[in-house]
Amino acid sequence: MDIGSFFSALTPLNLLFALFGVVAGTIIGSIPGLTATMAVAVLVPITFSMEPASALILLGAIYTGAIYGGAYAAILLNTPGTPSAIATTFDGYPMAKRGEGDLAVALACFASVAGGLVGAFALLFLAPPLSRVALAFGPVEYFWLSIFGLSLIASLSNGNLAKGLAGGAFGLILSTVGVAEVSADIRLTFGSQTMIGGFGVVGALIGLYCIPVLIDLVAVPERHLKVEKGVQSVRIADAFLLAMKSKFNLLRSSVIGTLVGILPGAGGSVAGLVAYSEAKRNAKPHQKFGEGEPDGIMATEAANNATVGGGFIPTLVLGIPGTPPDAVILGALLVQGVRTGPALFESGGSSIAYTFIYGLIIATVLMLPVGLLIGRYAYKSIVMIPKAVLVPTVAFMTVIGTFAIRNSVSDVVIMILLGVFGWVVGRFGFAASPIVLGLILGPIAEQGFVQTWIIGSAVGDLSGMFFGRPISQGIVAFTLISLLYPVYSAFRQKRILANSGGAA
Amino acid sequence: MRRTFLKSLLAASTALSIGAMGSASAELSGSVNYIIPFGPGGESDISARFQQPFFKEKFGEDMVISYQPGGGGAVGWASLNGLNADGQTIMGVNLPHIVIKPAQKDVGFTTEGLNIFHWFHFTPDAIVVEVSSPYQTLQDLIDDAKENPGAVTLSGSGKASANHLAQIKFDSMADITTTYVPFKGTGAAVTALLGKQVKAEWGYSTVGATQGDAVRMLAVAMDERHPLFPDVPTFKELGFDMVGGAYRGLALPDSASDETTQMWSNMITEINQDPAFRQQMLDGGFAMLDVGVDEMDEFMAARTEGYLADARAAELIE
Repeated sequence: MDIGSFFSALTPLNLLFALFGVVAGTIIGSIPGLTATMAVAVLVPITFSMEPASALILLGAIYTGAIYGGAYAAILLNTPGTPSAIATTFDGYPMAKRGEGDLAVALACFASVAGGLVGAFALLFLAPPLSRVALAFGPVEYFWLSIFGLSLIASLSNGNLAKGLAGGAFGLILSTVGVAEVSADIRLTFGSQTMIGGFGVVGALIGLYCIPVLIDLVAVPERHLKVEKGVQSVRIADAFLLAMKSKFNLLRSSVIGTLVGILPGAGGSVAGLVAYSEAKRNAKPHQKFGEGEPDGIMATEAANNATVGGGFIPTLVLGIPGTPPDAVILGALLVQGVRTGPALFESGGSSIAYTFIYGLIIATVLMLPVGLLIGRYAYKSIVMIPKAVLVPTVAFMTVIGTFAIRNSVSDVVIMILLGVFGWVVGRFGFAASPIVLGLILGPIAEQGFVQTWIIGSAVGDLSGMFFGRPISQGIVAFTLISLLYPVYSAFRQKRILANSGGAA
Repeated sequence: MRRTFLKSLLAASTALSIGAMGSASAELSGSVNYIIPFGPGGESDISARFQQPFFKEKFGEDMVISYQPGGGGAVGWASLNGLNADGQTIMGVNLPHIVIKPAQKDVGFTTEGLNIFHWFHFTPDAIVVEVSSPYQTLQDLIDDAKENPGAVTLSGSGKASANHLAQIKFDSMADITTTYVPFKGTGAAVTALLGKQVKAEWGYSTVGATQGDAVRMLAVAMDERHPLFPDVPTFKELGFDMVGGAYRGLALPDSASDETTQMWSNMITEINQDPAFRQQMLDGGFAMLDVGVDEMDEFMAARTEGYLADARAAELIE
């Protein structure tokens, strides 16, 4: 833990990179369709002529800014700017519709900074031991983790369990279209070349979340979001107070985010979901999650920014990328000749790792003023723009964003078709989130299951593989809790009502 | 009057087209788009990133790397011939993928339909074990597999990939039965190895380079030992005639002109001959190769025949 590195992170040049990275990342992340991975990938060549530590600081700052920026569109347009902001829509958009969008954006900023710091400190102090968590998760754990994620869809469906499960199942089917990762079979393409690529997550995300919002905007004469008074900075103080009250929620969500970030392939969307579900489970009676509850936003935003620091743990210690942006950053590191491994963290090993981590911490701290400022302008512009300008602009950006993923016009067409479908089923009470989550978790579940089956059969102990490992047993327990808890609490409510009815 | 008009029109258009052909004697105009048909972080990405600064230094243009994952490369390759053929867009190609995939089913492209202009490196197959593994030599692994058929699990990247083919080939050469567990990409296969989810990995020499002391390579599929790993025997030394791995190269859309194709072949050859580039690649565990357009047909014919024969023997295709 090198104090010298702290000062090298503090050089004016590195500070400038951190600042620029956070600003660029936030703006890119806020545009649906432009993901953190893209932001980092496009800006990597700039880093070739830089010092390795400075390059890392810039890329890390972009990454963390992009994960935060995804919250804007999630809150103000009900469209996650990046997949990691999916769970932010649950309470973010209802808050915005109520006229509290500026509060929501400020909350997202505080929570993101808190989560980012927890993740970065975990990276600083606990990287080598925590990296073993990444290795402890094998195919069977990933399988159970995705089942857990799918069960969360059910418990988050706010009473309409059947519709949530149906949406999730539909998402699972969508995820099977195209080439299967494990068996390389081609499925459900009906002979079409376009469908070989399957349904991309980002395109489906934009379609299912954004298009219904746009259609509703056009169909209804009212303003998009209620505006209370003028936009004031009073909300920042309110947000800060709320954040201080929710210290435990922030901490718990950040820890969840860090741990999920350590698991290669899990990602910010899973982190946000798990953190949200835990926050909901621990909600006080007066809190209404899903209808604009500040704790909901804080939970998801803290978790997804914690995955930034968490994801770097396996990346730097094991050379295994925790999340897709980490893979790009790893490539950039290799070009710089930096060798990953535990040696990076030993004293004298390399000051690069420590300078980078301090830089990441500095960038996260910088995200506070930067994020609040940009957030205010984002809120102002979305709220003030007349719908006649807002709708075409957003529609245009969704088309560009979808096209930019794979340079494919068919992706755009699929996005629009899915969007219209999403709007139609939305009128019958089917939400977008279960479908998108099914789409994301389907491949993880399938791979995990098939790989576990192959290994289990090879060693002749199938049931032991699936049910015998301690970590997976823990995850199964959580799954059962999350599935049964709503039933239990509803039962308890009835009991309480019956008792109080009897007493009166 | 009309005749003269038509004649002059003909003359003008001929002049124009000759002029256009002349200016198509290729030159780069602006930054180039280098599409990797996989997700970020894999060997294709890393070798491209190595090329990036050399390209900028030698030819003055930026190389913008973008990703188009899906179908194990199929999505990218199926879209290649529909892209702009002006020479500003290139795409990575991989062997054996581009031979095996079209032979298995309709994947939207054919091996012959790809306009490949260079193969610049390969990553030799290698059996990798985690450092605390009981297998100290290749023979240990073979013995274990003979005693417990099917119980030796090896992770690898994808199905019908270089790793998978290597496992099938080696199993038949050594007369053993092992179980191949496919993962999504080398990264996931290495994670499974390090996490001891499997007993060994069918990977590449690059895994040994990136993981260093955390792993041990039992054998590598080269003609001679890799300079980075003088202690790792080749399969040949141990009595198994296995030389090969995953080859990586570059292609243009098939409607690109011959001049453009030749220009690109020369540019990549130049980067490939640069001693600093070669050293960087070797230090990363890659093995170099130099197949430009001139040697392309012969190389592809030999490789295609070899891979199809292996795949048939492995019952991956008919």
